[in-house]
Amino acid sequence: MEAFWIILVGSLIAVSCALLGSYLILRKMAMVGDAISHAVLPGIVIAYLLSGSRETLPMLIGAAILGVLTTVLIELFSKKANLQMDASIGITFTWLFAIGIILISLFAGQVDLDQDCVLYGEIAYVPLDLWITDSGYNLGPRTVWIASGLLLLLLLFIWKGYKGLFITTFNEEFAKALGIGVAFWHYALMGAVSLTTVVSFESVGAILVVAFLIVPPATAYLITNELKKMLFLSSIFGIISAIGGYYLAVLINGSIAGAIASIAGLLFLIVWVITLIRKRQPI
Amino acid sequence: MISIETHNLTVSYNRRPVLWNIDFELPTGKIIGIIGPNGSGKTTLLKAIMGLVPTSSGYVKIFDQDLNDVRSRVSYVPQRESVDWDFPASVMDIVLMGRYKKNNLFKRISKADRDIAAEALEKVNMLEFSKRQISQLSGGQQQRVFIARSLAQGADLYIMDEPFIGVDAATEEAILKLLSDMKKDGKTVVVVHHDLQTAKDFFDWIVLLNTRMVAAGPIEEIFNETLLQEAYGGKLNVLSQVGDLMKEKAFDVRES
Repeated sequence: MEAFWIILVGSLIAVSCALLGSYLILRKMAMVGDAISHAVLPGIVIAYLLSGSRETLPMLIGAAILGVLTTVLIELFSKKANLQMDASIGITFTWLFAIGIILISLFAGQVDLDQDCVLYGEIAYVPLDLWITDSGYNLGPRTVWIASGLLLLLLLFIWKGYKGLFITTFNEEFAKALGIGVAFWHYALMGAVSLTTVVSFESVGAILVVAFLIVPPATAYLITNELKKMLFLSSIFGIISAIGGYYLAVLINGSIAGAIASIAGLLFLIVWVITLIRKRQPI
Repeated sequence: MISIETHNLTVSYNRRPVLWNIDFELPTGKIIGIIGPNGSGKTTLLKAIMGLVPTSSGYVKIFDQDLNDVRSRVSYVPQRESVDWDFPASVMDIVLMGRYKKNNLFKRISKADRDIAAEALEKVNMLEFSKRQISQLSGGQQQRVFIARSLAQGADLYIMDEPFIGVDAATEEAILKLLSDMKKDGKTVVVVHHDLQTAKDFFDWIVLLNTRMVAAGPIEEIFNETLLQEAYGGKLNVLSQVGDLMKEKAFDVRES
């Protein structure tokens, strides 16, 4: 049963990240996910200090605020200071992450948080945090519910916002000329990425979140020429990574998050080699 | 009737003006060229008209109204290089974007939208490519897809940024025919164009631009050595081209 819960949570988060990551890659903003996943750290620490507990909700709110702030700062530096996109991403997240580290080290005595836990997470603990109702009924791991809720929310967002996301991703200027609010779609997507990162990082850690956001969509990008297929395939690659990674971790008795990210990278390599071989063959 | 009116329009980047006091009134039902040397602010002018860059002063009126009140009557064709053609989308996906509007963005694409998009593709001779991935198109085909997307909007005024750049002869021919058909339907087309050689064959009306406006008017009034030299002044190689052009005025100077 433990294996089932871990794989389920891994897959739910993988699909959420794959969907959003597809849009990030096409917008040439893949590393924004990386930035957000690190920059939310001070938000989490501050929320923890203010609420005095490791309750999920205050941390979510704290992190979500920092996530959106990150994207606002990146936009600000690139648009108003005329800095390159990658440079403004680099400045923003290292700075915010550093503030988070300082906060942790300042309050280390009182805070049950450390850099390791934030960066790597621990998906193996998922089955331990059960949601048990007052009447004593066991509803399964809490994370499963949170991750499912998140995925449903994202599916609704992408289903309803498909046209808006599509046109602003492909040709922002044209969308603007049609009178479509491109800033709305930008921040809606960034808000979704922040939320996903925050929900995911507690269970799988920042590095796996980044891997989930970028690697499965990049793998799908290699073999498809249609956005809907890319969304679908990247979700599949994410799920395969979660399942394969779990069993690899069991086999080598190592870190589950590390194994999942490795499988995702391996999948990318395999798909890339296959496309190379196919290209060489005469049609 | 007036299609576009600009009044004292000034646009600056980092406080340096790239367009200075542009003042003109363009007619309707004509094919209008915006001509000028590199860096003369042609693309910026289009973007200012479409509200895509902030203006420092002046205003733009379209059909005597604010852009926001007439958006459905105006269509914009950005430069082909401004988008990523490796994007995972089909020709049809792109043309259907012409049917997107602020108030139907959350609705599904309708059958009527698909029919209109197919009709637009037919007009640029690209219907057979509707399922083709856009990454597999040639430069000329990409341009035709962009124009089809614009046609699908069913606008009255079309604003095109360099539609003739880097396209093959067949595409050039197809676009020219399309422009004259649009003119027959009473549409107005404003085209940014860099090539002096072809300009006098393509357009009825011309706006000569070099950061400030040199002249605007019917081609036979504007296309003379004095004004062209004023617009292109200092650029020697272009200047000699202008001289040649004047000598050969009676002949068709277009390369085939």
